[in-house]
Amino acid sequence: MDPALFAQHLLNGVMLGVIYALVAVGFTLFFGVLDVIKFSHGDVVMLGAFTALATSIAASAAGLSSPVILAAMLLAAIVGMALVGMLMARYLVLPLRNAPTLNVLLVTLMAGTVIREGVRLFYPQGSNPKPFPRLLPTGAFEFGAFTLRHDSIVLLVLGVGAIVFVHLLIVRTRLGLAIRAVAQDPETASAMGIPFRGTVLATFAIGSALAALAGVVNGLYYSEVSFNMGLLLGAIGFSAAVIGGLGNVYGAILGGFVFAALQTIGAVALPFASAYKDVFAFGVVILLMAWKPGGLLAERSAERV
Amino acid sequence: MGTPDRATILPALAAILAGAGATLALLLAETQWHVAVVALAGVAALLIGGRAGFGDAIHRSVASHQRVTSATAWLAGAVVVFLLREHNFELLMLCTVMLYVLAGLGLTVQFGFAGVVNFAAAAFMGVGAYTAAVLMTSTGLPHLVVVLAAGVVTALIGSVLLLPLLRTRGHYAALITIAFGILFRTFLEVNDTLGGPQGLKVPGLQIFGYAFNEAIEFDDETEWSFYTAYAGVFIVVLGLAYTLVRRVERSWMGLALDAVRLDETAASAFGLNGAAWKIAAFSFGNFLAGIAGALYAILTAFIAPASFTFGDSLLLLSIVILGGLGNPLGLLPAALVVVVLPEKLQVIQEYRFLLFAALVILILLLRPGGLMPRRAREYFPGRSS
Repeated sequence: MDPALFAQHLLNGVMLGVIYALVAVGFTLFFGVLDVIKFSHGDVVMLGAFTALATSIAASAAGLSSPVILAAMLLAAIVGMALVGMLMARYLVLPLRNAPTLNVLLVTLMAGTVIREGVRLFYPQGSNPKPFPRLLPTGAFEFGAFTLRHDSIVLLVLGVGAIVFVHLLIVRTRLGLAIRAVAQDPETASAMGIPFRGTVLATFAIGSALAALAGVVNGLYYSEVSFNMGLLLGAIGFSAAVIGGLGNVYGAILGGFVFAALQTIGAVALPFASAYKDVFAFGVVILLMAWKPGGLLAERSAERV
Repeated sequence: MGTPDRATILPALAAILAGAGATLALLLAETQWHVAVVALAGVAALLIGGRAGFGDAIHRSVASHQRVTSATAWLAGAVVVFLLREHNFELLMLCTVMLYVLAGLGLTVQFGFAGVVNFAAAAFMGVGAYTAAVLMTSTGLPHLVVVLAAGVVTALIGSVLLLPLLRTRGHYAALITIAFGILFRTFLEVNDTLGGPQGLKVPGLQIFGYAFNEAIEFDDETEWSFYTAYAGVFIVVLGLAYTLVRRVERSWMGLALDAVRLDETAASAFGLNGAAWKIAAFSFGNFLAGIAGALYAILTAFIAPASFTFGDSLLLLSIVILGGLGNPLGLLPAALVVVVLPEKLQVIQEYRFLLFAALVILILLLRPGGLMPRRAREYFPGRSS
């Protein structure tokens, strides 16, 4: 393959990988602290993108400049989704703590449907895809046939920066220590004076804030958002977290890039039409699960009986 | 069992009568107000009746008069279809409800009995529907064989997922079916030989030379809707499937499935092969879903990928949970609520996914057993132990 074209696909894959990793880290954080899957996560991504969109429309109506609009919409999306995440944890996930784990999956799936349908029905013309404002510098570096858009660089830095920030938060801070303690053993953590509920809520806030960021990055990258983008993004993020091994943050990041690589390979390197890329990617996910049922970086533990 | 008192059969007969009456009332209600009142009254009757202990009375009476009550239930179904014989649209809805119940029976066996998750029930219905469409247009197989073949093919395609499903559990297993559901729909949309997003046309049913798509005329005045014949066939299929599922539940097989679901490790300590039971339950459930899909394709004469989305899988799952997970009888009221209500109440048509999602959330939070919670197993039905 032509090296310029290869680099272009590689860049595109990395960009996708960053978005998927942002979503997958949320899944894996929630699973870590509560052993639950919050399937509405993809729809929180979508809601974050729409919150940012609405904020940007309001801000540009107020005549603000692009960087200010960008900051305002990021802030609104992140704070808004952190709140949504905490509310969901408080009123949907925590009350079902002692119910069968799949009930939580179902409840959050349905909560995702409520969010999705809510945006479709109540956002003005919500059932059509919406153009997302181009707020980043539009220039590009040209290397022969390979173009590196400036906005891609900004988005990559933003995404990678967020992942590094969360990593530091978990490894270096007291809050991170609390999250890791609760993930390991909630009862012992409570006995050591770590507030269980507060830690869970904080984790959901962090994960949902990442989802909001993923939504904004996704919107800025594709310049379009739609009410049903969350379903596929959620399924991909969940797949990525599971491929990597649930509960493992590095696994989720790895899984995100693996899924993006699968999609890119499916689109460009395989003999059949590129429309089959999702069929290929999800097919490989199923095969990976058959090969490594606990994910690529699985926890080493025997099942407790 | 001694000769049971004749009067004890009354609660069962009353329940069947009430069920048939409520179904008819809901299907025939004309104005939005009537529909809302009938639906609310029905749900309230279920909830209050359950709390006041009518449920137990009905249950005891059914258990001690099984032959009479099941014969009455078949008869009641036939009477409902007969009374609707000139109402095209209502019969179509009744047929759709029956197919959702049939697919729901499959999910009940998988999720309710064996504890195998399946978030791709609509995709498996789609496999059955497309198999039936292809077989009916390109081969001359008798249509009854086609319907059975659709079920078998669906079970076979489902068995592709068996290895990953058996090696994983919980959320990992859930992901596999979710991935399959999305994969299947994307595949249909981009595959041109299966019609792509436009879908396929399906010919009408013919059994022993009798064409179902012709209206039934007796003389010049009386003409029955052609859906009457479909509804008749569906009642037979659904009745057989329901009886089969009930028998399985009551037999040693149901006991084994329950044991595997509740604690696979303990079950295997008692010599039960958990994997084998899960395979059996998953394949049987997909077989039923495939048959439901094939009949759906024949009924609507047209299928497209948009009918078998992840959202539809969730709708099926909400029927199963709304009715009461593991209770086949609860599927009927739940399917009536989920399928008929939005068609009848045009006010909520647009909001139906939103409302059902919210409804399922409320049920899971407040009443996890559903409208008709599953009862504890009785080893000697009809005998107060």
